[in-house]
Amino acid sequence: MAMATIGNSGAAERRVEDEIFRRGRDLRGSGFRTMLFAALAISILFLVVLLIQVFVDGWPVLDERFGDFWSGTLRSRSSDDKLGISQGMIGSFWIAVFVAVIAFPLGIAAAIYLEEYAPDNIVTKTIDIAIRNLAGVPSVVYGLLGLFLFVQTRELKDSTLYAGGITLAILVLPIVVITAAEAIRAVPSSLRQGAYGVGATKWDVIRTQILPFAAPGVLTGTLLALSRAVGEAAPLILVGAITGRLAPRDGSFLSLEQFSDRFTAMPIVIVGWVQESGRDAGFSAAAGAAIVVLLAFVISMNSVAVVLRNYFEKKRG
Amino acid sequence: MVNTKPSDEEILKGLGVLDDEEQSDSGPDVAFSVDRGPSDEPLPEEVSDEDLVFDASELSVFYGDFRAVRDVNLRVRRNEITALIGPSGCGKSTVLRSFNRMNDLIPSARVAGSLLYRGVDLYDPRVDPVEVRRRVGMVFQKPNPFPKSVYDNVAYGPRVAGRKKGLDDVVENSLKKAALWDEVKDRLQDSAIGLSGGQQQRLSIARAIAVDPEVLLMDEPCSALDPIATARIEELMAEIKSEYTIMIVTHNMQQAARVSDRTAFFSVELDESNDRRTGVLVEYTTTEKLFSNPDDERTENYITGRFG
Repeated sequence: MAMATIGNSGAAERRVEDEIFRRGRDLRGSGFRTMLFAALAISILFLVVLLIQVFVDGWPVLDERFGDFWSGTLRSRSSDDKLGISQGMIGSFWIAVFVAVIAFPLGIAAAIYLEEYAPDNIVTKTIDIAIRNLAGVPSVVYGLLGLFLFVQTRELKDSTLYAGGITLAILVLPIVVITAAEAIRAVPSSLRQGAYGVGATKWDVIRTQILPFAAPGVLTGTLLALSRAVGEAAPLILVGAITGRLAPRDGSFLSLEQFSDRFTAMPIVIVGWVQESGRDAGFSAAAGAAIVVLLAFVISMNSVAVVLRNYFEKKRG
Repeated sequence: MVNTKPSDEEILKGLGVLDDEEQSDSGPDVAFSVDRGPSDEPLPEEVSDEDLVFDASELSVFYGDFRAVRDVNLRVRRNEITALIGPSGCGKSTVLRSFNRMNDLIPSARVAGSLLYRGVDLYDPRVDPVEVRRRVGMVFQKPNPFPKSVYDNVAYGPRVAGRKKGLDDVVENSLKKAALWDEVKDRLQDSAIGLSGGQQQRLSIARAIAVDPEVLLMDEPCSALDPIATARIEELMAEIKSEYTIMIVTHNMQQAARVSDRTAFFSVELDESNDRRTGVLVEYTTTEKLFSNPDDERTENYITGRFG
C-alpha cells in the first residue's frame, strides 16, 4: 500500500498524515506508569514515617544524655535515667564479627564450589533448591536449632555469645551462598574463555577473573546478610539472650572473655524496652533512641561495604 | 622473542606424553579409512613431518548424543594460514575449538576419531589441556579484553604460566607484533576496556602471542569489526604468518580467499529421520584451487553464492 502512494502528492500526503499522526493518548501506558510510581511512593512513605516516628521518640534521650545512655544498664528500678545500650551494642558487634568470620568464608566457598566445580546433575540441583528454601525458613526455626545444638547439648548449659553468634551465622549462610552464586554466574563467559585460551588453569581463572569480577555482587550479598543478622531478635530469644538484668561487665568492648558469658544484643534490648513502654515513658524514649543507634550501626557497616563495592567495580573497568 | 621451534621430543615431554618408545605414530585405535573422500585427494604438495602441525583423521565432535560434525580429515601445515569456511551451523567453530581442547569447557562435548598435534593424540588422557592451550592459542569472535590494564592483559598468559621477570619486554614485543604498540605505548596502565573494538581485538592477539604459542586459532576474529579494522587484522595475519601457524574460521569468503593458503569448506547435512543437522567437511585444498576450480559441486554452489 505504501509503495502505491509514493509519488502521488496531495491525497497521498494526507493519507500518510492520517497514518502516522498521534491518535489520542496512550491511556493504558500512562495508567501503568502511574501505578508503578504509586507503588514506589507508598514504599518510601512507610519508611519515612517509621524513621520520623523513631527519631521523635528517641530524640530526647539522644539529645540530653547520650553519654550515660551508652554506659547505662538494661533495667532500672529507681529511675529511667540509667537505661543504656552498651551491652546490647557489644553483643551486636560480636554477632556481626561472628557472621563475617563464619558465614562469609563458608558461604562464598560453597558458592564457588556449586558454580564452578559441582557437576551439573540431580544432586547439585537438589542442593541448590534446598539452599534457596533454607533462605526462606523462619528465623525462629534457626533459633530452635541453635538452642538444641549450642545451648542444650553443651556441658555448660548456658546461653553464650558463642551460641548466639554461630546461630545467626548459620541463619544468614544461605543468603550469602545464593547471592555469591548469582554474582559468580554473572561473570561473562568471554572472560573465562579468554583466560583458558592463553593457558590458565581452572584455579587461575577463578582467582584472577571470576572472583575479582564477582566481588561487587558478593559484597552486596554479604552486606544484606550482615544487616539481617544484626537485626534479628527471634533466634536470639530462643538461644537465650538476656532480656532482664545482665551483670555489668568490667571487660572492654573487645574483651574475649565475654564469649563464654551470657549476653544480649540490640534487637533484644529494644524488644525488652518496648514491652515496658506502657508502664514508663522513659522506656519508650530509650527504645526509640536504641533503634536510632542500631540503624546508625547498620548504615555505617553498609557504607563500608558500598565503598568496597565501588572500589571493586572501578577496578573491573 | 624469536619463535624457536621446539623439537618433537620437547613437545611430547611438554604435553606430558613422552614415554620413551612411544612416538609420533601412537594414535588411538581408530580404523583409518583409506578412502578419505574428496577432501584429501592428492594434496598439491607432500608435507614433511616437520611441517605437519595438526593431522585430523575421521574427527567427529559430539554434544551428548548429537554428532555436531563428522569425518573431518584435515592436515594443517606449519606457517600456513588455514581457513575454515561454510554456512552457519556447519560446525567449523566446533572443529576449531577441538584443536586446543576448548570444547573441554562444555561438559557434554567429546570427540571421536583422531586429532594429532605433532604426532601426539591431543585427546590422549595423559595430555594436559592447559599445556595444549599454551601452545595453541585462541582469539575469539568478540574482542574479550580482561577488565585490567593493557599491560596486565598482555602479561596475563606469561604470569599464569609462572613467569615473573622480563614481562616488560614480552608485553612490548607482543604489542609490536600485534601492530598495537604505537597506539597504546603511552597508556599501558589504562584499562583495556577503553580501547576501540579493533584495538581490543589486536590486544587479544597480543595476549595470545605473549605466551609464545606455535599455533593461533582465530574464531571469526573480524566479525565484530569494521572494514578498516578488519584490513588491519588481515595485514597482521600475513605479517606474523612466518612465525605462527594460523587457523581461522570466517563467514567471509573474500577474507578466506585473501588471507589463507588453504581452505576447508564445511557443509551441513540434514538427517531426515531426526531433523538434526550435522556438519561435514566437504573439500579441503589450496585456497586458490578451492575458489577457482573446486572439485565438489556443493563447494562451487557455496562460493558462487547459490547456497548458504
